[in-house]
Amino acid sequence: MTDSPAGSSLDTKAAAYAALLRKRYGAETRFRLYGILATATALFFLGAMLISIIVIGHSAFRQTFMKLDIFFDPQVISANGKTDLNTLRTADYSALVKSSLRELFPAVKDRREQRQLFGLISRGAEDSLREQVMANPGLIGSKSEVWLMASDDMDLFIKGDITRDMPEAERQLSNLQMDWAGQIAARDDAELRFNTAFLTTGDSREPETAGIWGAVTGSFYTLVVTMVLSFPIGIMAALYLQEFAPKNTITELIEVNINNLAAVPSIVFGLLGLAVFLNFLQMPRSAPLVGGIVLALMTLPTIIIAARAAILAIPPSIREAALAVGASPMQTALHHVIPLAAPGMMTGAILGMARALGETAPLLMIGMVAFIADVPEGIFDPATVLPVQIYLWADSPERAFVAKMAAGIMVLLTFLIVMNLIAVLLRRRFEQKW
Amino acid sequence: MSQALKLSETLASAPIKAQARDVKVFYGAKQALAGINIDIPEHHVTSLIGPSGCGKTTFLRCINRMNDIIDGCRVEGSITIDGVEINSKSQDVVQLRARVGMVFQKPNPFPKSIYENVAYGPRIHGMAASKTDMDQIVIDSLTRAGLINEVKDRLDSPGTGLSGGQQQRLCIARAIAVKPELILMDEPCSALDPIATARVEELIDELRTRFTIVIVTHSMQQAARVSQQTAFFHMGELVEAGPTEQIFTNPKDPRTQAYITGRIG
Repeated sequence: MTDSPAGSSLDTKAAAYAALLRKRYGAETRFRLYGILATATALFFLGAMLISIIVIGHSAFRQTFMKLDIFFDPQVISANGKTDLNTLRTADYSALVKSSLRELFPAVKDRREQRQLFGLISRGAEDSLREQVMANPGLIGSKSEVWLMASDDMDLFIKGDITRDMPEAERQLSNLQMDWAGQIAARDDAELRFNTAFLTTGDSREPETAGIWGAVTGSFYTLVVTMVLSFPIGIMAALYLQEFAPKNTITELIEVNINNLAAVPSIVFGLLGLAVFLNFLQMPRSAPLVGGIVLALMTLPTIIIAARAAILAIPPSIREAALAVGASPMQTALHHVIPLAAPGMMTGAILGMARALGETAPLLMIGMVAFIADVPEGIFDPATVLPVQIYLWADSPERAFVAKMAAGIMVLLTFLIVMNLIAVLLRRRFEQKW
Repeated sequence: MSQALKLSETLASAPIKAQARDVKVFYGAKQALAGINIDIPEHHVTSLIGPSGCGKTTFLRCINRMNDIIDGCRVEGSITIDGVEINSKSQDVVQLRARVGMVFQKPNPFPKSIYENVAYGPRIHGMAASKTDMDQIVIDSLTRAGLINEVKDRLDSPGTGLSGGQQQRLCIARAIAVKPELILMDEPCSALDPIATARVEELIDELRTRFTIVIVTHSMQQAARVSQQTAFFHMGELVEAGPTEQIFTNPKDPRTQAYITGRIG
């Protein structure tokens, strides 16, 4: 009989198949492992970045305040006894702080040492006193305990970022200053409080009084201009090119160029803004208006491409249905295509805005990199934006700005996350309709 | 069938609703239709049959100029409705499509409510002066499309939530809401199950009394069931057109003979 040879051939076939199967399973498992490894690596770097930013930046949200006994000396505030606003505004409040510090450390007589002593308190302290007196002139002549902002170096000492281990030449506080700061801390006359100034004021040369709010408003005005310009123009261009324009060489050329523009380095748009808007059209320098226009030019290709993709995704059967009941091409677009494409269009637009929010290079070219302490009040005021502010702080020599920079990144990331969240929510909301 | 037979006898005497003379269609350099000549009798159903790619849908789309939206498509020759040329420059396409409704192969309701699906056409053509008028048009159209009993309690729910057969009848209601004179149907039952198909075929027969219907179908049985005139297309040519029972029982052209007996197709 031929049973056994046939059987053995079947066996070898089965064995070969089993080997093939094992190989396939092995390959499958390895493939998945690579995927998991890739994801884990990406997550690790992302996590490391976020953690390092938070570790560096969290301290900027707290600020050291010192308790001082301030005597609101009438001789210093208004020698002539007048209490009109102008007198109160121009009075030398730093003298009050200095005399209070002198009282606190009566042993310090040397002028140079005294200057070191005054370095423990922020220059913002006199502004704080001025505000208090102007709000309540009755304080004049009285003596009261006031919590005043410490200087950035004192702040670093209280936060433990400056220690005696460091060589004196390399740290911002001298041995003497460290002694005084240690005494103040030992008396519980210094404490860390939430740094509201960081979130409510504009930039400053002093790290302890520097705030992010100026950059936030600058970014806001810039993005408003960007959105107002790029959204309608982008949507109209996409709609025309996708739904109405004839398909010929010219429109193909336009399409290719839009795709190319999306890949142009952003600094080129900055140069364009400098040449056209500032030099030729004489628009105001450092203004959100110009920044917004430049960023709008930069985002336009992104928005057009996203909107065209969204329009393209609408099934042709919907257009045919509308046309067949006698809708004009414009009615078809407005009543059917746009509502259906809206979520995709908006997602594209918001992602474009998020990119514009994080853009630095083109804004450097049009002067938004200038030091601006005032919070802008409109699109014509000189302003800076969040990423440029971060860049400026990163560039500053004072050590305390390092934490400010990281805190600025945290604020910027928060805004980016919020914007992306809005994009997701909008998408959900409009897609849920049916 | 006997009713269809009887009606076929009235074909000769029926007034001509639409007339095609030497209609040629090109997609770019490729010719899709080679000189079509056909008369569409009023208040009758004309079915266009033929193998895939023979040009029957292309011809159907000439009648409401839906080919205009296809890039590179060119239509030559003359098509008249009530004696008026529709391919002339002076013919407004939107107005033409209000007179010539269309139902597509795949049900394509708007992603809006059932009510809104039907009301959309009348609204853009300004056919309803008030909300009550519009309600009346919607109810009438849904009634004529035989859908009213199934949807009257949920006019505000999405049209896309209906079953395939219901969606197709909704599309028919949407077409007739504009009160067209001609209705073009492009394989309206190809995506439907047999029961839904029977329902739509019944509907076509009812609609014939008010409208003139041209239907493209793959199913010869369907052509025999619903139409009084049948036209056989093959490779871009109109091979033969005539009363339905004559085409199916006594075709003149050997190609028609071959197709209806299943030898080509």
